[in-house]
Amino acid sequence: MRKAFISGNMAIAEGAIIAGMKFFAGYPITPASDIMEYLVERLNEVGGVVVQLEDEITSINAVIGASWAGAKSMTATSGPGFSLMVEALGLAVISETPLVVADIMRTGPSTGVPTKTSQSDVLQVRHGAHGDHIIPVLVPWSVQDAFELTVKAFNIAESLRTPVILLSDAVIAHLWESAVLKDPGEIEVVDRKKPMVPPSEYLPYKPDEDLIPPMASFGDGYNVIVESLVHDEHGYYRQDSDTYRRLITRLTSKIMSNVDKVFEVESYYVNDSKYVVVSYGSTARAALAAVRVLRSSGVKIGLLRLKTLWPLKPEALREPCRNADLVFVAENNTGKIVADVERFVKNAEVVSLPLLDLEVPTPDEIVEGVKEWL
Amino acid sequence: MVVGSVYERGAHPLDKYLRVTRLPHIWCPGCGLGIALGGILRAIDRRISEGMLKKENVVFVTGIGCSARTSFYANFDAAHTLHGRAIAFATGAKLAKPELDVIVIGGDGDIAGIGGNHLIHAARRNMDLIVIMITNFVYAMTGGQVAPTTPQGIYTTTTPHGNPEFPLNVIKLVSSLNPNYVARASVTHPPLVEQFMYRALGMKGFRFVEILSTCPEVFGRHVGLRDSVTLYNTLRSKVVVKHNPGVEESEPDWEKGLVAGEFLVRDRPGYLEMLRRR
Repeated sequence: MRKAFISGNMAIAEGAIIAGMKFFAGYPITPASDIMEYLVERLNEVGGVVVQLEDEITSINAVIGASWAGAKSMTATSGPGFSLMVEALGLAVISETPLVVADIMRTGPSTGVPTKTSQSDVLQVRHGAHGDHIIPVLVPWSVQDAFELTVKAFNIAESLRTPVILLSDAVIAHLWESAVLKDPGEIEVVDRKKPMVPPSEYLPYKPDEDLIPPMASFGDGYNVIVESLVHDEHGYYRQDSDTYRRLITRLTSKIMSNVDKVFEVESYYVNDSKYVVVSYGSTARAALAAVRVLRSSGVKIGLLRLKTLWPLKPEALREPCRNADLVFVAENNTGKIVADVERFVKNAEVVSLPLLDLEVPTPDEIVEGVKEWL
Repeated sequence: MVVGSVYERGAHPLDKYLRVTRLPHIWCPGCGLGIALGGILRAIDRRISEGMLKKENVVFVTGIGCSARTSFYANFDAAHTLHGRAIAFATGAKLAKPELDVIVIGGDGDIAGIGGNHLIHAARRNMDLIVIMITNFVYAMTGGQVAPTTPQGIYTTTTPHGNPEFPLNVIKLVSSLNPNYVARASVTHPPLVEQFMYRALGMKGFRFVEILSTCPEVFGRHVGLRDSVTLYNTLRSKVVVKHNPGVEESEPDWEKGLVAGEFLVRDRPGYLEMLRRR
């Protein structure tokens, strides 16, 4: 354990190293480039490889290849680069490849404002790839959180054999704070399950009872098949509805049956609250400050800070809002997660507070937005 | 089943490198892919029997297309990935585990069309990979659309009035990037496939082997050579095998001939060695 004064992006890099990452591939993009620049020195020290490739498509496909070669692997990018990666995310889903993508959100659409922040990609990371899938999305709001959620992202990726998105933003990326960098032992680090049977009995996509197939790597002598087509337990292409249904059901169920491992939310002052603000990422920092301002003037209001954006756990949103009359959803976009909150919270009116700020939203904006409804 | 009984005999010397339970393969009668895969496997077999290669370290990485289906049938670690992205995937696997011998196999559309940028940069880096491009001059699996290698004037389903484009000479392109090995073989000359693959397996850095192939069902139909024997013999008559030909001789010329041979043989350090030197 050591205390360090670092940026959010450096915390992601340090978290990845603690989690055991041994391969990183990336392509320069603001505001994510400094993760690769930092790692190119640091990962080398611990025997890993960092490589800058010709684009984001190459980067994520190389990360998938590296993961099958046995290395915990990661890439980092921002919206335009993430757009190029979504096809390969689907490959990672169907081939059950553990990997982490750090997506540092900036303003869009298109080139947008590359140096400025946004939360407008929260639905892209969930639904960008074609086909049925559930990709876990974690969203940090501080430097400490960036470190810890990166470790958690690797743990989910390795234990559930899935891609995981660590969704930061330009504010958290270049925010400097003190953080406690825990070592393995002080923070849980999970490795993927390896086969316990000899190669002759191994089926690369045959799950255990937990729905996760043990994963042999290239070079282990197991003749693994990485298959992008719909496949059976052998990894053989099949075109029948039964195989398709069984595969897709398992790929989604393995995430949903572990939703407690994936989903996390923090609550502030919600127990006695008539009003609840739901927020995440850098906007949640302003939301917490706004809640404190409002409470100091006697308003019974609390905050739910989402650490996981996908999959959501309905009861974890519903329960804290059971006594609320109004639930505000503050996000730095046109209002995207608000649709889910409305879906899950039935007893209160749900109000969207869409903030379209290039800088970190101010507490005043949220205070004013709430006051309009009081 | 008659076909099954043939495979159950285990009579073929390359059966140990095939997932025989997945046979018969999907390739059309007259397709050159079986000859290409046979040559590749014989070269691998020779290197393994010489103790130069370990079977468990061989990884076949393919994208999408008829040629990509080789990863279905070869009994090694195998990855059937995304269209065009096999070289990218292979780069990551090799860098993460350098002891692997990573072999990319793809068609001309997969490697030089949608995957062209990966081809350029892997060759430029002298990345320690073997890339086999099996050229049939057309997008075959999707039903016969124009490819970057389709000769000018040829009818395809997306060039109904004849291909107006200049074809890409992939040998010249890759050679300009100074990788360690660039060769062109043809399924009409099976020993060349084995010989060039054997040579590539004994080298470091980026090794590129183009294999000209026959697609009677799609390309043959487009050029009026639907009969597979006629197509095979026509291609064979066009292939001119040369000893160490110059890169300028690689330009496909359907009148004077298509030159096969080893265009570039070098011993520059591969990417992994350059990475370790830092």
